[in-house]
Amino acid sequence: MNDIAVELTDVCKYYPNVNALHPLNMSVKAGEVLGLFGHNGAGKSTLMKLILGVLKPSGGEVRALGHCLRSNQAHDYRTLFGYLPENVSFYEHLTGREVLHYLAKLKGHNKAQADNLLDEVNLSHASDRAVKTYSKGMRQRLGLAQAFLGQPKLLILDEPTVGLDPVATQDFYLTVDRLKSGGCAVILCSHVLPGVEHHIDRAMILSKGRKLALGPLAELRAKANLPIEVSVSGLSRSDIENQVNILGKPIDWLPSAAGQQNPQNRFTTSAEHKLDILKTLSSADNLQDLHIKLPSLEDLYRFYLSDFNSAKGV
Amino acid sequence: MNKILIVAQKEFRDGTRNRWTGAITVIFILMSLGLAYFGSATAGVLGFSSLESTLVSLASLCVMLIPLIALMLAYNCFVGELEQGTLLLLMTYPLSNAQLLLGKFSGQAAIITLASVLGFGLPAIIICLISDVDVASVLIAFGQFIILASLLGWVFIALAYIISISVAEKSKAAGLALIVWFLFVLVFDLVLMAILVASEGNINETLVPFLLWVNPTDVFRILVYTIIGAESYSGVLQIAENGADGTFYLFSVMLLWVALPLACSWWIFNKKELSE
Repeated sequence: MNDIAVELTDVCKYYPNVNALHPLNMSVKAGEVLGLFGHNGAGKSTLMKLILGVLKPSGGEVRALGHCLRSNQAHDYRTLFGYLPENVSFYEHLTGREVLHYLAKLKGHNKAQADNLLDEVNLSHASDRAVKTYSKGMRQRLGLAQAFLGQPKLLILDEPTVGLDPVATQDFYLTVDRLKSGGCAVILCSHVLPGVEHHIDRAMILSKGRKLALGPLAELRAKANLPIEVSVSGLSRSDIENQVNILGKPIDWLPSAAGQQNPQNRFTTSAEHKLDILKTLSSADNLQDLHIKLPSLEDLYRFYLSDFNSAKGV
Repeated sequence: MNKILIVAQKEFRDGTRNRWTGAITVIFILMSLGLAYFGSATAGVLGFSSLESTLVSLASLCVMLIPLIALMLAYNCFVGELEQGTLLLLMTYPLSNAQLLLGKFSGQAAIITLASVLGFGLPAIIICLISDVDVASVLIAFGQFIILASLLGWVFIALAYIISISVAEKSKAAGLALIVWFLFVLVFDLVLMAILVASEGNINETLVPFLLWVNPTDVFRILVYTIIGAESYSGVLQIAENGADGTFYLFSVMLLWVALPLACSWWIFNKKELSE
């Protein structure tokens, strides 16, 4: 029962002129990381605010950490929420340390924990400077620090890696992984796709307030059945064709990359034929290199979007 | 309760840090010392002459300035946090709207109160030290004046919150705050006068004095006149002489003028949806 951190039943949100979110069902388990994708105006922020209880749904029920939410009450379980809003700029005239101390006190934590978090996000050297002198990345790290206050059980992060350098991004994912193993449910919202796919358990794609897809990445891949790209060095096109034709599997050639020392032959094939083709090719004598590229999250995202658009056109 | 204190502390520290508290205090000191010493210059005398005339002039200046100061201090309070995104963040914290509102109010009310205690208290002490006056009566009168001045400040902080919570842009809040000031401080008395003159006495006589209760700045002025025991009221306040001048009632009206706008802000705050 306590396993489910967030549960939405037929939740929708309508504004006078816009339908922000159509009826939607979803749930996130404790210790699960859900990636939430969609372009601007897809309803991501609305969904997150509904889960946090800042917005009241027009219909349906939102349960977070086992509670039904009302925005104007000081529910104690909110101590277990961590939220990073998009574009938060904090109190410009206060120092980073003062901001975090204030927020920590409001959440009922002590200053020592706030100071530790400042260390953890590598902000201790700048913690006594006013926030208005901070760069975008430093503000983002301060925002993450406040979201991590007090071992949250539900972490909702809007564009968490924007403005972070690669090292900070790596640190960020480490912290997420650690909280996750401690049973924290995480909802990552992003339109920067690369890099995030190794850290999420399930993905949800939103567009125009509708859920286009929700499931583990492997499942979404299987459902989309997108072609897999294979690059081969050392074998000529005809070599490959001969081999593959014996198997009777169809492949589609891609234009080979020009101007490289080892000319590569690239083709795409469907996921179900991948293993057979790879087995055959890898037994060839002249093979120098073999590289396969699975459809990325971005490809999946495109696929589900265009799928949705074409379905609507019919 | 504890949360209210945390918010109040931060607001108060913000106020001292961006020098609001200091600036208001200095303005109050200059006003009261200036009026005490030059207030009777028209009569050809310099120096502290009468407690009554000093407080009356001080009251007419404060009636203009304190609302303006309070509105300027507070108009930004919520809309500023809305614009920088921290309001949205705070609403995901274990903090209720009422706690946030009361915390902010306590903090900013403390700023105005501290400024009046220092800004009117120090001049009172100086007056006692260098002129030959009845120390007790000066201190008591100024003490009461400090309470009233703070109350007037609180009223306009609370009024500013209604604006600050209702709008989505700082500039709009600033404009509305100025309009509120203009209405209460300048327009109201004129309109009331005009109505009284135009009606040629056809308005129910017992009702008229209570029209003044609609304007907290008038209530403040009547209260000041009451505490110093001034013999005659000036201007539009004369109509208060018929029954609307009990200190207790007036004081309650002032407190109501603090409580009602706060309740109103709270109501709007609860209905407000943060949807960028």
